Amino acid sequence: MNPAFSVIFLTTLIGAGQGLFLALFGAEVAGYADSAPGARGFLLMGGGVALLLAAGGLVASFFHLGRPERAWRSASMWRTSWLSREVIALPVFMGLLFLWTAGHAAAADWTLPLGVLAALAALALFLCTAMVYASIRFLQEWASTFTLVNYTLLGLASGCTLATALAAWGAPSLVWAYGACALACTLAALVSRSLSLARNARLKPRSTVQTAIGIRHPQIAQRSMGFMGGSFNTREFFHGRTPGALRQVKWAFLLGAFVLPLCLLALGLASASAGLLALAFVVQYLGLLAERWFFLAQANHPQNLYYQAVS
Amino acid sequence: MTQLALVIDLNVCVGCHACVTSCKQWNTSGSAGPLVDDLPYGKDPSGTFFNRVQTFEVGEYPHTQTVHFPKSCLHCEDPPCVPVCPTGASYKRKVDGIVLVDYDKCIGCKYCSWACPYGAREFDEDRKVMTKCTLCVDRVSDAALPAAERKPACVLACPSNARLFGDVHDPESGVSVAIRERGGYALMPEWNTRPANHYLPRRRTGMTIHAEDLERVDNPLKIDGKQPELPQQGAGREDYAT
Repeated sequence: MNPAFSVIFLTTLIGAGQGLFLALFGAEVAGYADSAPGARGFLLMGGGVALLLAAGGLVASFFHLGRPERAWRSASMWRTSWLSREVIALPVFMGLLFLWTAGHAAAADWTLPLGVLAALAALALFLCTAMVYASIRFLQEWASTFTLVNYTLLGLASGCTLATALAAWGAPSLVWAYGACALACTLAALVSRSLSLARNARLKPRSTVQTAIGIRHPQIAQRSMGFMGGSFNTREFFHGRTPGALRQVKWAFLLGAFVLPLCLLALGLASASAGLLALAFVVQYLGLLAERWFFLAQANHPQNLYYQAVS
Repeated sequence: MTQLALVIDLNVCVGCHACVTSCKQWNTSGSAGPLVDDLPYGKDPSGTFFNRVQTFEVGEYPHTQTVHFPKSCLHCEDPPCVPVCPTGASYKRKVDGIVLVDYDKCIGCKYCSWACPYGAREFDEDRKVMTKCTLCVDRVSDAALPAAERKPACVLACPSNARLFGDVHDPESGVSVAIRERGGYALMPEWNTRPANHYLPRRRTGMTIHAEDLERVDNPLKIDGKQPELPQQGAGREDYAT
């Protein structure tokens, strides 16, 4: 597939937003809100950042649409379409997150039950976002439980890293707890993403040129795809990079999304440096952009079997 | 229930692209608006087509066969592109099983094209909506046309009659008989999309001639040399051949 940057930004931004909110809500559940005078201020600020991330993702998603003015229609087929469910889950999460943040601004006492709802919405949004990809059965690289686990863990990891960086700045008492969560989530995400890479490397495509045109002969070569200029089929489903470039992106994201942030987090926590922790988030986010690009590019669409030779 | 579909005979397709151009002509002139042609006379032309003819070479030289392979939407009976549409713009008509896009509802998210294993859908870069083969729904259901012309443009254009059109759910229709008797098959059966369109395989055309086919071994002239009797002629025996 040819990765679309709108999708890359959408999934990484909302993932970080969901992760950050879940981290903040975790602190609230642990009784942080009333533990110190400035505690609610930190939750308020963190909620605002999470809201900004989710809004950024929402804006990015509009750039994916040919007809953004009709976007409201996309909520209608939630019975069958995971994309439609995602379209509903994202504003619901944002709305609940906004109310939760507003509740902390007003020092209200109903933020905890509201936070439960927002946390459920965040988890539902992870499910919907991942299922958009995992539910297409013939994109074998995506059609796996790993897609679900990876989207959730990567969102949590980037959210917790951001929470650690924010805590270093606004809530020092939480830094170590958040830091431990960020390290654990990033490590878990590294394991699960590596396992999915290993799975995808072993995949055997179910469709072949033989099943594509229905001729049972071991030797079939395309001589013409029917046109010499490009078409939607050659633009949308081919990333046009060499296998070597793809391998470089893979190592880049393994380094950028996991190894470097783990080192920076450990260093930042050890030296109590807010700058290093902030750098950890920036590096991890850039790494996640590469990870999402690779995730999209790696999927081999069976339609490509029909577009192997120009003439 | 009716399921309209095409049956494409790979045995007689000569790869002339008449179906491609007639499809483009009919569908670009329709009420849904023109199919985009981007830089048609430029260096890198691109355009939206509902139908393509591809060419494959089967076997190893010199024992090869050239197979021309027309490819358009297969109007699956279980179309994976339809349930994924977030707006309901993609739908399968109950009345005749044609898979269509409502261009007024489509938001151009392209998700349906990801969900089609055959690459049958093409995004129109001008109208910014997803487009696909309509099986010439505006022809096949137009009662103002003579019955013989209520067929997709590609079917009418095909000079070698490689494209058959009809109801594959009617066991007595021409397409059903062709599928049944000539081993019609569906593409990528591994995904259970149950395409309505079928393809008829290539057939080996050849014959073996034995010596006795050229000269009858039981020719009576060879036995006794007598010529056969002349037919009896007369009233009531005008049929001289007997």
